[in-house]
Amino acid sequence: MNTKEERTFQTFSHIILVLLSLMALLPMILLFMSSITDDTTLIKNGYSFFPEKFSLYAYEYVFKTGPAVPQAYLISFILTFCGVLLSLFVTTPMAYALSKKYVVGHGFLNFYVFFTMLFNGGLVPTYMNYTNVFGIKNTFFGLLIPGLVTNGMYIMLMKSYFVSSIPGEIMEAARIDGASEFAVFRTIAIPLAKPIITTIGLFAGIGYWNDWQNGYVYITKRTELYSIQNLLNRMVQNIQFLSANSHNIAQADVGLASIPTVSIRMSMAVLGILPMLLIYPFAQKAFVKGITLGGVKG
Amino acid sequence: MKQTTEVDTARKKAKFKKALLGSIPFYLMALPGIIYLFINNYMPLPGLVLAFKNYNAKKGIYGSEWAGLKNFKYLFATNDAFIITRNTLLYNFVFIIVNTVFAIFVAILLAEMRSKMKNAYQSLILMPYMVSMVIVSYLVFAFLSTENGFLNNTVIRLLGKEKISWYMEKKYWPFILVFVHVWKVIGYNCIIYLSTILGIDRTYYEAAAIDGAGKIRQITKITLPLLKPTIIMMTLLAIGRIFYSDFGLFYQVPQNQGALFSVTNTIDTYVYRGLLELGKPTLSAAAGVYQSLVGFVLIVVSNLVVRKIDKDSALF
Repeated sequence: MNTKEERTFQTFSHIILVLLSLMALLPMILLFMSSITDDTTLIKNGYSFFPEKFSLYAYEYVFKTGPAVPQAYLISFILTFCGVLLSLFVTTPMAYALSKKYVVGHGFLNFYVFFTMLFNGGLVPTYMNYTNVFGIKNTFFGLLIPGLVTNGMYIMLMKSYFVSSIPGEIMEAARIDGASEFAVFRTIAIPLAKPIITTIGLFAGIGYWNDWQNGYVYITKRTELYSIQNLLNRMVQNIQFLSANSHNIAQADVGLASIPTVSIRMSMAVLGILPMLLIYPFAQKAFVKGITLGGVKG
Repeated sequence: MKQTTEVDTARKKAKFKKALLGSIPFYLMALPGIIYLFINNYMPLPGLVLAFKNYNAKKGIYGSEWAGLKNFKYLFATNDAFIITRNTLLYNFVFIIVNTVFAIFVAILLAEMRSKMKNAYQSLILMPYMVSMVIVSYLVFAFLSTENGFLNNTVIRLLGKEKISWYMEKKYWPFILVFVHVWKVIGYNCIIYLSTILGIDRTYYEAAAIDGAGKIRQITKITLPLLKPTIIMMTLLAIGRIFYSDFGLFYQVPQNQGALFSVTNTIDTYVYRGLLELGKPTLSAAAGVYQSLVGFVLIVVSNLVVRKIDKDSALF
C-alpha cells in the first residue's frame, strides 16, 4: 500500500488541508491580534498579524466605559440559556408524539409540521403578526420567540431518531406494567434519546448565540436589550454608540477623546466569538453528528 | 345483515374512541409545538394579502383598501425586481457549483487521509460555520477596511500599488461574497459528503488495489460514481432553495453599502430594506409573496424529482 503514488497523494493532501485550515484560522488570528494592538499603531499600520505595539486598552475601555458590553453579554447568555430550554421543551415532546404511528391524526400532525418547511410567509407578514398581534417589539420576547424556538428540521430529525433508535418493545413493556404515556416518555424515551437531544440543543444554542436578526428587527428603542451580536452590529454603523449610551458619569474620565476607535471593534468581536470557540472542542462531536443526520435534508 | 353492520359500526366507533382516548397524552405532548408553529408559521399567512392592498397603518392590514395587482405591477416596472432576481439566482447558482466541487474535493482528501491530523483539519475547516454573520462581517472588515485593512496596509503596500476602496467598488464583490460563503459553509458541506464516502464498502478499494488501480483511479472509478446520488440530492435540494438567500451574508458582509447594492441586493435584503428602512411595506410584501410562491413551486418540483430518484432522501 505504501507506493510512491500513495505517498505523493498524502503529501498533497496535507498541503491542501493545511492551507484550508489556515484560511479558516487566520482571519480569527488577525481579529485577535488587532484587538490587542495599540490604537495609534493600528492607525499607522492597519490591522496586522504582527503588531508593533501591544495594548489591552480596547478591552479595558469596553468594560469601563459603561454597562453596555457586560449587559449585552449577559443578555446573550440568558437568551441562549432560555432559548435552548424552550427549544427542547417544545421540540422533544412534539417529535416523540409524531413518532407514534398509532396516534389518531398522525398524518395530519406530520403534515402540519412539514408544511412549514415548504411554505412560509416571509419577513413582512411575520413582522406584522409579531408586532401588531403580540406586541413583542422592544421586549425580551422579541429576541427569544421569532423563528428560533423550533422548526421542521429539528422536529423531523428528532422524530426519526425516536422511530429508528429507540426499541418500541421496551416502551411497550413499560406500558403493560402500567406506566402512563408521560412516564414512558420521561423515564425511557428521554434517557435513550440523549444524543439527539444534545445535538438539537446545540443547534438551538448556536442559533440563539449567533442570532442578530431578531434584535435588529424587533429591538428598535430599548437598546439595553441588545445581545452582543446586536451591539456589534450597531457599532459597525456607529462607533460612538458605546459611549453615547453610557450613563455612567463616574466613568466620565474615560471620555470620548480617548476612544480606541480602531481596536475596539476587534476587541468586541473577539468577545462575541469567544464563547463559541470555548465550547467548540466539546460540542464538535455532537455538531458533526447532527450535520450527518440532518445531512441531505438539512 | 343490517344488524351485523350496526354491530360493526358500533365496534368501530368503540375502537376509534379507544384510540382517540389513547392519543390524548400525545396531543398534549405535541401541544407546545403545535402552538408555536401556529404562531410563528401559520398565523402570519393571511397577512400575505398585504401585497394586494394599499396599506394604511391606521386601518391595519385587513382594513386597508384593496389595490389589486398594483404593487406587483409597480415592483416589476422597476429595475429592482430584475436585479434582485438576477442576483439571488446567479449567486445561488455559483454557490451550488463551487460548494459541490470544493466540498467533494476536501471530503475525498479527508477520507483518504491516514494521519491522525485528519480530525484536526476537519475541526478547523468546520469552525467558520459556527461564527455569526455579524462577526464574519468584522473579519472581512479587518482585511478590507480602506484605512486600516490588512490588504490595503500590508499586501497592497508591499506590492507598491494604490489603496483600494473595497467597500465602494462593486466589481470585487461577487468574488468576495462567493469566497466568504464558501469559506463559511465548506466544512459543513464536506461532512455530508465525507459521511457518504466513509459508508462505502472498503472491499471495493482493496479489490481495485489488488487489480493494480492507483489512488486517482480508485477515486474516479469508485468514490465519485458512488457519490453521485448524494451529489444529485444535495443539488436538487439546493435548487429548491434557489429563490432564498442568506440574508446575513448579503446584508452584513457588504455593511449595507449603497454603492454596492446592484451586486449585493437579493430578494431577502430588498424585502428587509423596504419594510424597515424605506417604509414601503406593500412593495416588500409583494416581493415576499413573489419569493414565497416561486420558492414553493421550486421546492415542490425539486422534491418530486428527488422522490423519483431516491425516496428516502426526499423531504416528502
